[in-house]
Amino acid sequence: MENLLKIKDLHVNAGEKEILKGLNLQINKGEVHVIMGPNGAGKSTLANVILNNPEYTRTEGDIIFENENINDLRTDERAKKGIFMSFQSPEEIPGISVQNFIKSAKVAKDEKPVRIFEFKKNLEQTMKDLNMNVEYSNRDLNVGFSGGEKKKNEILQMLMLEPKLAILDETDSGLDVDAIKTVSKGINMYHNENNGVLIITHGTKILENLHVDYVHILVNGKIIKTADGSLAQEIEKQGYEAYREEKANG
Amino acid sequence: MAKTQVDDINRSIYNIKNEDNYSYKMQKGLDEKIVREISSMKNEPTWMLECRLKGLEMYNKLEMPTWGPDLSVLNMDEISTYVKPKSELNTSWEDVPEEIKNTFDALGIPEAEKKSLAGVGAQYDSEVVYHSLQEDLLKQGVIYTDFETAVKKYENIVKKYFMKCVPAEDHKFAALHYAVWSGGSFVYVPKGVNVEIPLQSYFRLNSPESGQFEHTLIIVDEGANLHFIEGCSAPKYNKVNLHAGCVELFVKENARLRYSTIENWSKNMLNLNTKKVIVEKNGVMEWVTGSFGSRISMLYPMSILKGDNAKMEYTGISFAGEGQNLDTGLKVVHGAKNTASVVSSKSISKSGGIATFRSNVVVAPNADGSKSNISCESLMLDDWSVSDTIPVSNIGTDDVEFSHEAKIGKISDEAIFYLMSRGLSEEEAKAMIVRGFASPISKELPVEYAAEMNNLINLELEGAIG
Ligand SMILES: Nc1ncnc2c1ncn2[C@@H]1O[C@H](COP(=O)(O)OP(=O)(O)O)[C@@H](O)[C@H]1O
Ligand SMILES: [Mg+2]
Repeated sequence: MENLLKIKDLHVNAGEKEILKGLNLQINKGEVHVIMGPNGAGKSTLANVILNNPEYTRTEGDIIFENENINDLRTDERAKKGIFMSFQSPEEIPGISVQNFIKSAKVAKDEKPVRIFEFKKNLEQTMKDLNMNVEYSNRDLNVGFSGGEKKKNEILQMLMLEPKLAILDETDSGLDVDAIKTVSKGINMYHNENNGVLIITHGTKILENLHVDYVHILVNGKIIKTADGSLAQEIEKQGYEAYREEKANG
Repeated sequence: MAKTQVDDINRSIYNIKNEDNYSYKMQKGLDEKIVREISSMKNEPTWMLECRLKGLEMYNKLEMPTWGPDLSVLNMDEISTYVKPKSELNTSWEDVPEEIKNTFDALGIPEAEKKSLAGVGAQYDSEVVYHSLQEDLLKQGVIYTDFETAVKKYENIVKKYFMKCVPAEDHKFAALHYAVWSGGSFVYVPKGVNVEIPLQSYFRLNSPESGQFEHTLIIVDEGANLHFIEGCSAPKYNKVNLHAGCVELFVKENARLRYSTIENWSKNMLNLNTKKVIVEKNGVMEWVTGSFGSRISMLYPMSILKGDNAKMEYTGISFAGEGQNLDTGLKVVHGAKNTASVVSSKSISKSGGIATFRSNVVVAPNADGSKSNISCESLMLDDWSVSDTIPVSNIGTDDVEFSHEAKIGKISDEAIFYLMSRGLSEEEAKAMIVRGFASPISKELPVEYAAEMNNLINLELEGAIG
């Protein structure tokens, strides 16, 4: 299996506080990974630090993408290498349309101009696949979008930008059943044997129709358990209580 | 990247520095001899010389402004007030001397003329070197000429309106303007004529240590309609240049005028410009302004809503970068019943730039049923830049709807991260956020100018990092 992302002994601070405390993770091409864990465990921190959000500081450890150490790369450089994150709360950008934004991002990422006609056709088709109103492509990016619309818009960007690794930070949280199904469909459309998916979630609805290779439990800044897809069902039923205790004991 | 390359070309466009190849350059300073010399070179009627001398007298009497930016960098003894270019007034670009034509070519003026303008005036230093107007507008009686021609050819109209909107006593630099004015545009749109395609005058100052003092006088007669665009730029020099133009506008009953400005003076320019309109009954005045350049600007377009139901809309943006102090705003006088003013202003400051927006609303006691809505939004790109709004109002009646809203914000790191996470560089991300912030204004501009404005934003943000 070809290695996509490898995280070694990662320690991360937000301000003075250590959030990630020696985290290890390896994702190979073609794999779907799921991270579950209680609120405040450090899940979003992990997603953000993989893209080098300046809010967070890596104090120790390495992030390796396609066998290259990317510790010192800027956010945009990492994005261009093919890392994508669906934000837990996507930003609103007034005055910039969805369409222009995705086009600019595509031009930046691919470092070549897009063919406008082809791009528009592709965008419209993808929006239809995601049950999005095509008119939204002319609306200001995320401005006045409902929670569900914002999340679908993240999946739209993922499908249009075709990253190698997609990190989805609670994309399903707060969505109704139909919207979760749509998101799940989008992940299915995206995923293939050459890319990887890292899904941060509290539920299993988003995982239906997906083959999950690994589920990791993240508690208090560390991955304390890794198992196959069935672990997700177990967590959904029983919650994190058992693992909290483990944390307290260890 | 392809885009960056375009920006580079554009930067050099604004900075094209031709040799100081004048046919005459007035000795520096300002005195009666100089004023008389300008007048006699222009061969103008005596009444105009008298206006100039009145201007000079007022200039010597009036104090420097006691508020706003520090103007101590200005020394009139170091400024040449009149620079005659090596070109006559032409009606064909072919006849404009090559070096000057190339400059306007690079600025895209002849190209825009072909595509989207009904008439063009191009001024180089103190004189207009090119003028045109579409045949069908000529036939409908529209007049669009350089101001010198207007003084001679349309003397009666000019005499009736000149100095009537902006008096020489207005302030020190209006007085200075009247003493040494040169160049500019005159437009008359006859009753009921709808000029569907915009006219544009472009002002280029090439000569170092000089001033530009163009006079623009526009009369839109009853029921007529005009969109006039003004553009300006200059290459950057080490020493101060001065711009003290004056714009006098008359919007008659039921008439409509849109006056758009894209100002991109170089950062050694002091832009002390005066603009004013008198709007008659049911008339509509629209100001659209993009201010990017100059070291110091003091510019507060004023609207006198003189007739019932007269209306003024102001849509403006200013961008103050390193070393710039852009003190802008507007003044409106509601002088009749049911008059309305709507103001939407945005300002951006970065790298220590200062952007101040002053609004001054006066509602006369007889202006019952009037409305004034002012909204100002500022975006600061870093911690050491300054944005400020200074509202003043003087409301003389209770029967009025007045609102003032000011929002000041900083560019959000999270938004920058969001855009960068999609592959945009930090500069591109910031430029995109700023373009988005500015878009309600750029939407008001003709397409090419919106594109130019976006280019200017990209340009400003390009040098921002590293
Ligand atoms: N920018 C920040 N500054 C300080 N503390 C932060 C910051 N971001 C997150 N934290 C803290 O780090 C911990 C982990 O947060 P987060 O990664 O968002 O958790 P999760 O996504 O697992 O719910 C929480 O205690 C949170 O309050
Ligand atoms: Mg989270």
